[in-house]
Amino acid sequence: MGEVLQVNGPIVTIRHPGIRNGEQVRIGKLDLIGEVIHISASDALVQVYESTDTLRPGEPVSGLGHPLSVELGPGLLGQIFDGVQRPLNRIMELSGASITRGLQVPALDREKKWHFVPDQNLVVGNSLKPGEIIGTVQETEHIQHRILVPPDRAGEIIEHAPEGDYSIDETLVRLKTSQGKVELLNMYHKWPVRRPRPYLSRSNSSQPLITGQRILDTFFPLLKGGKAAVPGPFGAGKTMVQHQIARWANADIVLYVGCGERGNEMVDILQSFPKIKDPHTGRSLMERTFLVANTSNMPVVAREASIYVGVTMAEYYRDQGYDVVMVADSTSRWAEALREVAGRLGQMPVEEGYPAYLASRLAAFYERAGMVNTLAGNHGSVSLIGAVSPPGGDFSEPVTSHTKEIIRTFWALSKPLADARHYPAVSWLESFTAYADRAGSWWAENVSIHWSQRRQQALALLSGADELERIVNLVGPEALSSSQRWTLESSSLIKEAVLQQSALDPVDSYCSPQKQFALLDLMLWFHDRGVELINLGVPVEQLIELPFHGELKRLKSSVPNDELERLKLTTEKISVALDAMRAEYSKSNHREIAT
Amino acid sequence: MSDLEYRKVSSIHGALMFLKGVDNVAYGDRVAIRDLDGHLRNGQVIKTSADLVLVQVFEGTYSMDLENTWVRFLDRPFELALSPDMLGRNFNGIGDPRDGRPPIISSIHRNVNGAPVNPVARAYPREFIQTGISAIDGLNSLVRGQKLPIFSGSGLPHNQLAAQIVRQAKLPGDASNFVIVFAAMGVSYSDARFFEQEFESSGVLRNVVMFMNLANDPPMERLILPRTALTAAEYLAYELDHHVLVVITDMTNYAEALREIATEKGDVPSRKGYPGYLYSDLAEIYERAGRLHDRHGSITMIPVLSMPSDDITHPIPDLTGYITEGQIVLSRELHNKSVYPPINVPPSLSRLMKDGIGKDDTREDHPRVASQLYASYSRAMDSRNLASIIGAEELSSRDRRYMQFAGRFEEEFVKQGVNEDRNVIETLDLAWALLSLLPPAELSRVSEEDLQKYHSWEEA
Repeated sequence: MGEVLQVNGPIVTIRHPGIRNGEQVRIGKLDLIGEVIHISASDALVQVYESTDTLRPGEPVSGLGHPLSVELGPGLLGQIFDGVQRPLNRIMELSGASITRGLQVPALDREKKWHFVPDQNLVVGNSLKPGEIIGTVQETEHIQHRILVPPDRAGEIIEHAPEGDYSIDETLVRLKTSQGKVELLNMYHKWPVRRPRPYLSRSNSSQPLITGQRILDTFFPLLKGGKAAVPGPFGAGKTMVQHQIARWANADIVLYVGCGERGNEMVDILQSFPKIKDPHTGRSLMERTFLVANTSNMPVVAREASIYVGVTMAEYYRDQGYDVVMVADSTSRWAEALREVAGRLGQMPVEEGYPAYLASRLAAFYERAGMVNTLAGNHGSVSLIGAVSPPGGDFSEPVTSHTKEIIRTFWALSKPLADARHYPAVSWLESFTAYADRAGSWWAENVSIHWSQRRQQALALLSGADELERIVNLVGPEALSSSQRWTLESSSLIKEAVLQQSALDPVDSYCSPQKQFALLDLMLWFHDRGVELINLGVPVEQLIELPFHGELKRLKSSVPNDELERLKLTTEKISVALDAMRAEYSKSNHREIAT
Repeated sequence: MSDLEYRKVSSIHGALMFLKGVDNVAYGDRVAIRDLDGHLRNGQVIKTSADLVLVQVFEGTYSMDLENTWVRFLDRPFELALSPDMLGRNFNGIGDPRDGRPPIISSIHRNVNGAPVNPVARAYPREFIQTGISAIDGLNSLVRGQKLPIFSGSGLPHNQLAAQIVRQAKLPGDASNFVIVFAAMGVSYSDARFFEQEFESSGVLRNVVMFMNLANDPPMERLILPRTALTAAEYLAYELDHHVLVVITDMTNYAEALREIATEKGDVPSRKGYPGYLYSDLAEIYERAGRLHDRHGSITMIPVLSMPSDDITHPIPDLTGYITEGQIVLSRELHNKSVYPPINVPPSLSRLMKDGIGKDDTREDHPRVASQLYASYSRAMDSRNLASIIGAEELSSRDRRYMQFAGRFEEEFVKQGVNEDRNVIETLDLAWALLSLLPPAELSRVSEEDLQKYHSWEEA
C-alpha cells in the first residue's frame, strides 16, 4: 500500500515502495485507475485514466501487480469499449448517461455461455505450443472465434473439456508445463497492451484491401497488412473516409478506434452499422465490427492508452488467422495526449510542445501493422489506417510529417476539394502509395490486365490538367490548343465520373473493383477517341458540346455493381455518334487532299 | 474542514495564489477567499500536495496581500444551484445574480464540470431545425442537438445572425419553443444590451437564462462561465424536458483567458502560446451539446467566435472546427458587398445535415440540391477568377452563365432581411430558380428526376 503525495491534474505523485514502472494502480477512495509512468527512489508518477477531482494528498494507493492489459476472448465483437477496455454498454447499465469514476467492470461477459468445439489435436498427451488453436466458438453468425493458447504458455495436455457450453472463465484445458507445473487454460487470456503480440514470421502481402472507394482502391491502393494515414484539415471529410473504410473494407474484422473525437460519430456507427449489409458476406456489419471510444470529453490520459488497447485486440484476431482493419480517428489526439502528459512531467518540448519521443512512439505503433504467419500456423493481418488532424491543415506540422515518414499509403485530404463538395476530398496530387505495383498484380489477375496502364494514364492526365489550369489562370483559355482543352475536359470528366463518390448514395457508396475499372476504362476510352478525332481536325467545341457528359457523370449512381453490362449500351451509343463524326471528317479531309 | 479559515498564503502571482502548510486539500475543491477589505472572492484548487496548494482566483488577486487574506476550503467542487426559477434571470460566471434579485435557492446542486457523457447513451441528432435563413437551412442545415459555431471576425454581424437564429428557430410543424441559455464572455456592454433588447422585443425573455461576464469583469471568471451555463442547460434539457438552444459568445475571449492562466501556471505552450490542452478543454464545453436516449430534451449549441485577423487556421477556430459538427463562416467580402447574412458558403459545413434532411424531413431533392449549389458556386468562382484575368468580355458563354449564377446566388439566396423568415420549401424553390440559370448538362449532382420535376431550363 502507498499514498498520494501530490495531485496535478491527471498526473499524481505517489509514494509506494516496490512499485514497478508500467504497473496498474488503484488510487484513492474512489478507486481511480492509473498507470505508473516514472519511478524514483522516493516516489512515483502515475497517469490517471479518470478525472482526479476531489482526490486529496494522503489517500491510499495500491499496485495491482500487472501492467495495463486487455482481456482477449469471445464477446469482443459488436461491443463498444472505453479507452481502457471497459464495456460502455455495461457502464451505462451501472451508472446511467454519464460515466461514474472508479467503476470496475470486466471487458468480457462472465455469465454468457459459448458453445465450445474442441480442436482435433486436443488430445490428452499431446503437447500444445504457444498460440496454438485449442478449439472454436461461434462468436457471431459469420465469425468463428478460435480459442488460442496464450502466447506465453505451453505444455502437455493432461485433461480437457469435451464439446459443450462454457462461460469464459471455466477451465477448458489443464496443461503440464516443462517445469512440471500445472496450468489452466480457459476461453480468454490477458495481454499487456504495450507489448506487441508475438507471431512466427512476417509474410509478404499482395492482397489489396478493397474499400469500394474508387480514389482509394484504384488510384492509391493499400494492401492487407499495410499502413496508411488520412491527414486533412477539419471539414475535409476524414471521418467520412474512415467510416466508409470501416463499412466496406473486405476485411474479416473491423475495429474502429475513436480517439479524442466526437461522441456523435460513435453513435452514428452504433446505430447505422447493424442495419448495413456487408457486401462481401451479406451479414450485418456489426457482426464483424467493434469499437474503442475515448471521445474528446473523456479523460485525456485514457486517450493515450486507447490506441494500444485497440491494436492489441486487433492483433489477437490476426493471431486467429483473420484479416483485421483498425481505423484510428485521430492519431493527432493521441499525440496531443502524449504532449499533455509530457508537459505535466516537465519534459523538454521539442517541436510545437511535443516530446522528443513522438516520432519513435508513432513508428512503433504503426509497426504493429503487417501480414504475418501466426503461431497457430495460418495467415493473418492487421492493417492500420490512422487519421491525422494537422492544426490549420498544415502538413508540415510534427505529427503529420513524422507519420508521412512511416506509412506507405498517404491519402491527403484537400480543403479546396471539400469546399467544392468534391468527396472523398482525396487530393490526387499530394497522395501517394508504395503498394501500386503489388496491388497491380492482383488487379491484373482478378479484374483486368490493363489496370496498371489505365491507372497511370489517368494520373498523368489529372496532373497534366492541373498544369494546364495554372496556365489558364494566367493567360486565359484561348492560349490552349485543342488537344489541351480536351485534356481539361476529360480531367473534369474523370473527377466527376470516377473520383467523386457519394457515401450517401445507396448505389455509389460501395463500388466493386470491376465497376471501378469499367468506369475508369470507359472515361479514358472516351478521352482517347476524342484525341483521335481532334487529330482528324474535329473542332474541340464540337466534342465538348456532345450531349454525353451528363450521362457519363451519372453512371456511377445509375448503374449498380451487378449490372455492369448496361455500361455497354452507353459505350455503343457514344460510339455511334463518334463514328459518324469521324466518317464525316475523314471524308472532308479526303476531299481537301483531293482538291 | 469548511469552517476552518487559513491565513497561510505564501505568494500571489497573477490570478494564482499559493498556500503553504495546509494539508489534505482536495483537487478541484472550491475555495472562498476573504481579502483585507472583507470582500469575498472565489477560487478553485488546481494543484495540491502535502505542503503546497495552488488556487486559481476567479476575480483576480488585485489588491490582495499575504497577511490579511483568509482562505476557506469548502470541501465541495464548484456547484450551481438549479431551479426552474432561473428562467428570465441574469447571472455572472459563478452563478451569482447580476440582476439585483435574490440568489437561487434550491436543493438541486450540480458540479459545473459535469461528467463525461457515455457515447452509448447519446441519441443521434436528426431533427431538422428551420432557422428561416436560406444559407443555413438549404446548405448547412442545423439539427436538434447539434453544435454549430459561427466563425466571425470583428465588425461582422454575428450578433444579428445569432439573434435571428434564436428568434426564428423552430421545428417545422412543432409548436414547442426553444428555451435559451445565453452565455456571454468578455463582450462589451453594448453587445450584451443588444441581446437583452432582442430577447425583450421578441418576447422570449421569460424563456431565457443569461450568464454574463462583460469585457471589464474579471477574465478568470470566463473559464467557469460556459461550464456554469451548460450546467443550467443540462438541467433544463434533461430534467425539465426542454429543448435548449445555447448561444455562447465569444469563445475567443474564453480561450484567451485560458492562455492567460496557463502561462501563469507555467504550462508548456504549443501553438501561439495556447496550452497543449486547449483542444480537450474546448471539447469539454462543446461536447455537452447533444441528445440522450432516455430524455426528452436536447441541447443545441451555437458558439460564436471571432477569428483573430479573420484567420481560420488560428488555433481557436481551428480546434473548434475539429470538435464541432460543422461551422458557419462569415465573410468580410460579402459583408462589404452589403450581403446580410454574409455567410461564406464554401468553407461552411454542417456535418449532421445528411441525416436531418431529405424525403421525410424536408424534401427529397434537398441533399442533391445542396451538393449541386456547392459544386456550381465553386465552379462559378473559377469563372470569376478567370474574368479578373482576361476580363468578363472575353469569357465563354458557359463562364458568363456561371458568373450570372454566382451574382444572383449571393444577392438572392444568401442575402435576406434581418426579419425575413423563409421556410425550407421556399429556400429549395429559390435554389431551383437559380439552378435553372444553368443548362441540365452542367448539373451532374442532381438526378434526372429532379431535373424533370424542378428544373426549368430554356435554351436562350
